[in-house]
Amino acid sequence: MATTTITSKRAGFLKSKKRRDTLIAFLFIAPWLIGFVFFMGGPIIASLVLSFFSWNLLSPPSFVGVANFSDLLKPNNLFALSLGVTFRYVIISIPLSQVIALSLAILINQRVRFLGVWRTIFYLPAVVSGVAGSVIWLWMYDQQYGVIDNLLKVIGIAGPNWLFSKDLALWSLIIKSLWNVGVPMVVYLAALQGLPQMFYEAADLDGASEWGKFRNLTIPLISPAILFNLVIGTISGIQTFAEPYVMTSGGPVNSTLFLGMHLYQVAFHYLQMGQGSAIAWLMFIIILILTVAQLRLANRWVYYGSE
Amino acid sequence: MAAQETKMMIGTSNRIELLLYGNRFRPGLIKQTVVYITLFILAAVFLLPFYWMAVTAVKPNDQIFSIPPIWLPTPFQWSNFVTVVTTQISSNYPTVLQSGLNTLIITVNGVIATLFSSSLVAYAFARMEFRAKNVLFLGILSTLMVPFAVIMVPQFILWTYLGWLDSYLPLMVPQWFASPWNVFLMRQFFMTIPKEYDEAALLDGASHWDIYFRIMLPLSKPVLAAVAVFAFVFFWNDFLNPLIILVTPTKFTLTMFLANFSMMYQSTQWNLYMAAALVIITPCLILFFLTQNLFLRGINITGRMK
Repeated sequence: MATTTITSKRAGFLKSKKRRDTLIAFLFIAPWLIGFVFFMGGPIIASLVLSFFSWNLLSPPSFVGVANFSDLLKPNNLFALSLGVTFRYVIISIPLSQVIALSLAILINQRVRFLGVWRTIFYLPAVVSGVAGSVIWLWMYDQQYGVIDNLLKVIGIAGPNWLFSKDLALWSLIIKSLWNVGVPMVVYLAALQGLPQMFYEAADLDGASEWGKFRNLTIPLISPAILFNLVIGTISGIQTFAEPYVMTSGGPVNSTLFLGMHLYQVAFHYLQMGQGSAIAWLMFIIILILTVAQLRLANRWVYYGSE
Repeated sequence: MAAQETKMMIGTSNRIELLLYGNRFRPGLIKQTVVYITLFILAAVFLLPFYWMAVTAVKPNDQIFSIPPIWLPTPFQWSNFVTVVTTQISSNYPTVLQSGLNTLIITVNGVIATLFSSSLVAYAFARMEFRAKNVLFLGILSTLMVPFAVIMVPQFILWTYLGWLDSYLPLMVPQWFASPWNVFLMRQFFMTIPKEYDEAALLDGASHWDIYFRIMLPLSKPVLAAVAVFAFVFFWNDFLNPLIILVTPTKFTLTMFLANFSMMYQSTQWNLYMAAALVIITPCLILFFLTQNLFLRGINITGRMK
């Protein structure tokens, strides 16, 4: 008898203590919960609803069904065009960035002196804001007085009008993006420095060539870092905004009208909130699909054996 | 013994070969030379934009537009910096100093808010047991990848409704509600702190707040510093968010000032433009030089998560 009362009393106490703990825990996570509901989850759902309305903030919103989406899927509209520009940029810039970042990391990892100094130099552009970096390159690309065309002149090449040429403007932004490989480089460098030496010793005993070791040992061993950089690079590449905004305003002839630029213009210049929401949602879905696809495909080439 | 014998057996020609081509333990002279030459060339390429900016920033007006370009201006016109920082182009526009102050307020608030709110949430996920903990943590992880572009339109509508447009509130209030990346980063760090510390404190009757404030935070200085530096650079360089919200030019942040420079000056005075750019990037550069190792370690903590 006595024992049961004690146990039940104890259980009640534990239960209330547990409840109290949960209450305190929710006080601790309240900032995130509130923020999530009001500044993220709520707005995301709101924008899904909004994408079926036409609304310019001034007059009341009117329901238009899927018109916002079907408008976007029509051929030859600015959305399709901006999607093309963004994809071309991502497909060229992200792989090239990986090649350059990995090459730099390998170079620095060759037991060189002043490793910290080299690493700092190549990382530096990542500390500079997108706007400031764009402003610097705007001046570098100047056809008459810019440093790039004047250096080309020294070796006898007539420099093109980088940012004002329909065919070159996107390439100019791609070249600028290759200057900004500090973050992936640091990730690769850390991966390279963590490589187990014994594999290389074994490969040396087998008389493996440098290329063979790179292709069959280094690449598989650092493949998780490659995947990470590809995923992060793609997500941020699709959102590119400051560079075209500052350097080209999306031109010439919309040749650098990135998805982010188009969304900005539709939503904040023309105040088409419904259309803007539809674009934002499609952008979200595209990023989601690309990320999931990259992670799925990863099973085929990423090697997690060392862990 | 064996090593000595091998050493004796290596002839002069082998020694030269080792010097030139090296082995696994010692890179050869040829390889080293190639590596260093490549590094120097690449470093020059990567530093060229910085040099071009800096050298333009101190040029007198008549030396900006010269062909071939002047690589070292005479004399250095240091007054460009004073001019660009203090000149008010018209009463509608801010000076760089004013914009800098605006940016500083937003940035400092952002850093403090991020540190406080994210560490609080991270503590709960690292140390407390509560209902729906796993589901909620999954919720945090799933929001890591939500791009800003997706939430900016509905957020803008929210600010419009609250009457917060063209004020600093949208740039200062949401920061107090924890950011997923930093929660994740801090939680990972908190998990590495031995639980014995807080168990001992719990026995002494300490509350979770005490443990968080008096034990966890003091033991987590490295990750707090890394998050603080990242947050500083992020808020200082933020562009799209203030661009959407701020309308009155005197409220502009530095990135907005820079993006509107040629519009405000009505002609592009490249020396002043570059001087402004240099002034604007300097705080982040200094911060990076001072906290390099923290910074790079922070990137690698995020880089290692899969």
